[in-house]
Amino acid sequence: MIGIYLLNLLLALLLAPLLLGIINRVKAWIAGRHGKPLLQTYYDLAKLCQKSEVISPTCGLFFRLAPALQLTVAVAALALLPLGGQASPLRFTGDFLLAAYLLGLGRFALILAALDTGSSFEGMGASREATFSALAEPIFFLAISVLTSLHLDLGQTQDQAFSLSLLFGGQSAGAWLSGKYELLLLPVVFFLLLLVENCRIPVDDPTTHLELTMIHEVMILDHSGPNLALILYAQALKLWFFASLVAGLLVPDLGLASSLLWIAVIFLVACAIGLVEASMARLPLKRVTTFLGGAGAMAALVLIFSQMR
Amino acid sequence: MTESFSFAWHTPLALADLPVYQGENFTAELAQKLSQGLRLIALTALEPHAAPTPLLAVLAADQEKRLTAFVSKPLERLPSLALRFPQCQLFERELSEDYGLIFSDHPWPKPVRKTPDSGIQRGKRYPFFRTEGRQVHEVAVGPVHAGIIEPGHFRFQCFGENVLHLEIALGYQHRGCEKLLLKAKAHQRLPLLECVAGDTSIGHALAHAQLMERLEDLTCSERAWHLRTLALELERLANHIGDLGAIAGDTGFLPSSAWNGRIRGDVLTMTAMLTGNRFGRGHLAIGGVNNDLDAALCAELSERLEKARRDALGSVKVMLKSESVLERLRGTGALSLDQAKALGLVGVCARACGLARDARLTSPLTPSPNFAPALAQSGDVLARVLVREQEMRASFAMVEDDLCALEEDESREPGAEHGKEMPPHTLALAQVEGFRGEIVHLAVTGEDQHFQVYKVIDPSFRNWPGLALALRDNQISDFPLCNKSFNLSYCGHDL
Repeated sequence: MIGIYLLNLLLALLLAPLLLGIINRVKAWIAGRHGKPLLQTYYDLAKLCQKSEVISPTCGLFFRLAPALQLTVAVAALALLPLGGQASPLRFTGDFLLAAYLLGLGRFALILAALDTGSSFEGMGASREATFSALAEPIFFLAISVLTSLHLDLGQTQDQAFSLSLLFGGQSAGAWLSGKYELLLLPVVFFLLLLVENCRIPVDDPTTHLELTMIHEVMILDHSGPNLALILYAQALKLWFFASLVAGLLVPDLGLASSLLWIAVIFLVACAIGLVEASMARLPLKRVTTFLGGAGAMAALVLIFSQMR
Repeated sequence: MTESFSFAWHTPLALADLPVYQGENFTAELAQKLSQGLRLIALTALEPHAAPTPLLAVLAADQEKRLTAFVSKPLERLPSLALRFPQCQLFERELSEDYGLIFSDHPWPKPVRKTPDSGIQRGKRYPFFRTEGRQVHEVAVGPVHAGIIEPGHFRFQCFGENVLHLEIALGYQHRGCEKLLLKAKAHQRLPLLECVAGDTSIGHALAHAQLMERLEDLTCSERAWHLRTLALELERLANHIGDLGAIAGDTGFLPSSAWNGRIRGDVLTMTAMLTGNRFGRGHLAIGGVNNDLDAALCAELSERLEKARRDALGSVKVMLKSESVLERLRGTGALSLDQAKALGLVGVCARACGLARDARLTSPLTPSPNFAPALAQSGDVLARVLVREQEMRASFAMVEDDLCALEEDESREPGAEHGKEMPPHTLALAQVEGFRGEIVHLAVTGEDQHFQVYKVIDPSFRNWPGLALALRDNQISDFPLCNKSFNLSYCGHDL
């Protein structure tokens, strides 16, 4: 079993940069352009790894450490998920807290690194990133608590119901397949969280060149070379992490076949991101809170519906 | 010295005929005219050397379609009108920068084209406005930008995400165009003016051609006029389409952004088919144009125009039907009608505030009785988008009319003619509605067929302060969008 899990983890580590390629292709296709090659992110990573780095003299040690830290926590968080529907060998009761705060730690590192540069742009980006992720966090936990209460009702022990491996391991999909259709709102909630956490349209515009409007991109303006590659790769892994949350709720437990379905769903999520980005403008920064509120309301609704039964 | 001295915009005027005022009276007369609702067209020195120098003021009464002008005795120091009439402030600063005139009590005595990092300011910090306080922070952007645009420095005083004040420092593109024009030989002036603002080549060239024809008493053939307005409206189309796409791009709305980029290229290709250059360089000549169209080319252009019209209208429709785009545009960077009037804005920015200012209406190049300027009321980014959309439609129709007229017209070769010599000591003006707004060229002739003064006023010069004001109490993240919706020229301002 561990072998299959490791295989899934390896696939995640290998395929994650492909997600960005898929998103770009879908966007280009809708706009009637050819678009970048599907494998462009891999080329970019390879190119950046060969480059030397420019580091501003105002930057301290943290600026250099942050990218490596961010990648480490992204891999660690990913390894807590039941990838491909296989329970993680690292699972434990309450591991969702660790996963959430590992990602939080990565973000914290990046924010500190951004402030370290002393640039007013990066400070602004850091402030925005901190605000939006602080607002997204309660919604993430609310959605998780809906799932735990569901599994407690279904007769799981407390030990199991507080682990990502159960919540996203196929049993949740079993629950909506057996008639609890309100649970289908949860993948939507996680998809909206994905858009916020990964700085995609309508929250942030990853393709813009306008520093004043950026959130995530402006924080990494000063990074270059291999360190930028680490950040890019960590970003791709984070995207895979959130897409996995959606897949974990949609794919039922089918043994080995569910691994393939997981990856298919993750690619579909990438297509969905591409469709959203191609058909929507970005929200004014002030309205992002409304967007997050909508996601929170949806999660609360699922909780109410599932408790009413 | 008549109280209500005025003249029609197309007649040159001997300097000697203008009313002359002594020092203080000049300012009083200017203030009186401005408080009557007249608009300052130009305020410039009459001698190309340092103060004391006589000043010339030209004002427009847009309703009556008349201009008024008066001059002063040589002056060194005079009271500033900037506080009462903000539209004067840049002209006054320009005069004190170029001629050393002293405007007492000027509220904002800063350079216009001397950049913050220029050697001229050595030893002295550029006097940027600063807001002090906890949580107030300063963001400096430029002169090197992330996009492929011109250089300019923007300094924001922010409280969190809110902009308290934006200061714009320009001058990085200063090439000394006006001085070059005084030295240039007659045949060098047109190519020089085509480079004043590259995206308005036709607009500035047309203004110069007009001015020269008024001075040399030349009349153009009707065919030449069709070929001129055709090029002018194609320039407007290309830029409006490009701007609408760029605004869509800034909101992150990809479809219209991608399509408009392509359609703008199609319109530039049409300009190239007409003039041999995508930006219409070399098309204008004094007394005519350098290129003509035959019937076959007219037909092909009509066909391409129809395609471009369908695509452009469709693309803009998709954008304006998208709720998420509207959400971003509505209420962003709003200016009121009063602000627009006070600052003396022109062009798209003025019309978006409901100010019916359009040189095609007030000083038409050709008789166009049915022309009505495109207006919007809200003064925000959305209003500027809507004005551009209406003007785009109107320009498509005008280009089509010109092409039809050219196809039916049998005459050929509307080439350049030679006019009389320029009369000495004469003031002449040309106002042309470029795609950004009213372009003003003002010339005073000296002896020997030379100019004593040649003043180029790009609409950007009047509109930059509008952008700074529009940003007040807006979010700093909305600046790029506001900036795109104004789309002002840096080199047109810097000259």
